[in-house]
Amino acid sequence: MIKYIYADALDAFPKLRDSMFRDRAFQFKERLGWDVTVSEEGFETDEYDRVNPLYMIYELPDGTHGGSMRNLPTTGNTMINDHFSSLIGGAPIISPLIWETTRFCLSPNVGKLAGRVGAAVCLAGCEAGIRWALDSSVGVFDARMVHIYKRLGWEPEILGSSGTGKSAISAGLWALDEASKASICAKSGIAPQEVEAWFDASFPMMESSQILVA
Amino acid sequence: MTKLETFLEALEGSQTPDDVQSLVVALRESYGVSNAVYHAVNVGPMPYAALTYSPEWMQYYHDQQYVQVDPVVKGALQQFHPMDWKQLDWSSRGSREFLGEAISAGVCNQGLSVPIRGPNGQFALFTINDNCSDASWETFSKEYKRDMMLISHYIHRRVTDIFIPEAEDKSRALSPRETDSLKYLSLGFSRTEISDKLKISEHTLRVYIDSARHKLGALNTIHAVTTAYSRGLISF
Repeated sequence: MIKYIYADALDAFPKLRDSMFRDRAFQFKERLGWDVTVSEEGFETDEYDRVNPLYMIYELPDGTHGGSMRNLPTTGNTMINDHFSSLIGGAPIISPLIWETTRFCLSPNVGKLAGRVGAAVCLAGCEAGIRWALDSSVGVFDARMVHIYKRLGWEPEILGSSGTGKSAISAGLWALDEASKASICAKSGIAPQEVEAWFDASFPMMESSQILVA
Repeated sequence: MTKLETFLEALEGSQTPDDVQSLVVALRESYGVSNAVYHAVNVGPMPYAALTYSPEWMQYYHDQQYVQVDPVVKGALQQFHPMDWKQLDWSSRGSREFLGEAISAGVCNQGLSVPIRGPNGQFALFTINDNCSDASWETFSKEYKRDMMLISHYIHRRVTDIFIPEAEDKSRALSPRETDSLKYLSLGFSRTEISDKLKISEHTLRVYIDSARHKLGALNTIHAVTTAYSRGLISF
């Protein structure tokens, strides 16, 4: 299942937290060879993990990380505006209705579940957009991700690219709406109700009468 | 004009903190809610608030140091999604007693709060508040959450301009695509024609236009075009 967790609440899920940062080290440092920082414990983190981002994390049945992504509002500091603005014409993307998504990651342990986990993480983003009246998410991605998004049924619109072949990186824009949700659900076989239930479990709503009486 | 457009147009004309205060009061009328609150924590030299709560309640809130108890503040300091008050952490007895007192002082039972994040840790908070059933609030929120997200950020933008007019910075620069989008709009092309010309989808075109509007502090597309033109950002 998917859990939505802000960074300051991660400590309540130590197993999930540690396996996520380890899986990120594996994916970004070892497998993709990005210039990222890995701590002695084997955790990959950067400055954006320290400004309380919202993670959407797929939790495997044993409580470890299956896949995740990290979100921040574009009205504050973001990776794309701070470091990759050349991809988008030199000027920042700033909108209350656009969030930045970074560190989209899958655990090497998911095996045959990879398709489902990837789709679930993307669906978590769509559901957040629908519930919170967001328009889009923006992010920088590696050339190798293009076919993965295509297979998931959630192709980004490419805003700009640099480099060629395997070393190409692009800035992409993903629509966070019912159409994207339906498309990813159809390709993955995940029921929309399941996605809604994940969101509701992370952000439970009381009844107003319960709050005052309690 | 929609409620949103009417509000944004009025906001455009506001020049002083008092103007913003009257607009926040007017917002309450136009959306039919009981209270509206904009609170900038670290934008100007002093915290600034434009709100419809009673002065007595604000004084009491201050004296009791309720800022340390208020789950809205606690939630919004850490999180950045729009928050229904019924999703906040009311588990402590102190927070529930606080809510009881707030309601006796005219604060209502339903609330939607939008945390606002600016560059370099800038923080503000916008809230609307009303007395109604959970079901009617749900309907209202669905219909107007997007308006509230935009209104909160535009108020913030306006207040920033009023308090720190020198803050005009690189975050306001338009990208070439944003400039192109505005330029074609100003020449009277339809959105479909523009997205064809720029080889982008209409969704992306809308994002460029909205982003340009946000950067220019422009409240509608025509205003964005004229502002960009008057600042020499686009030319014909």
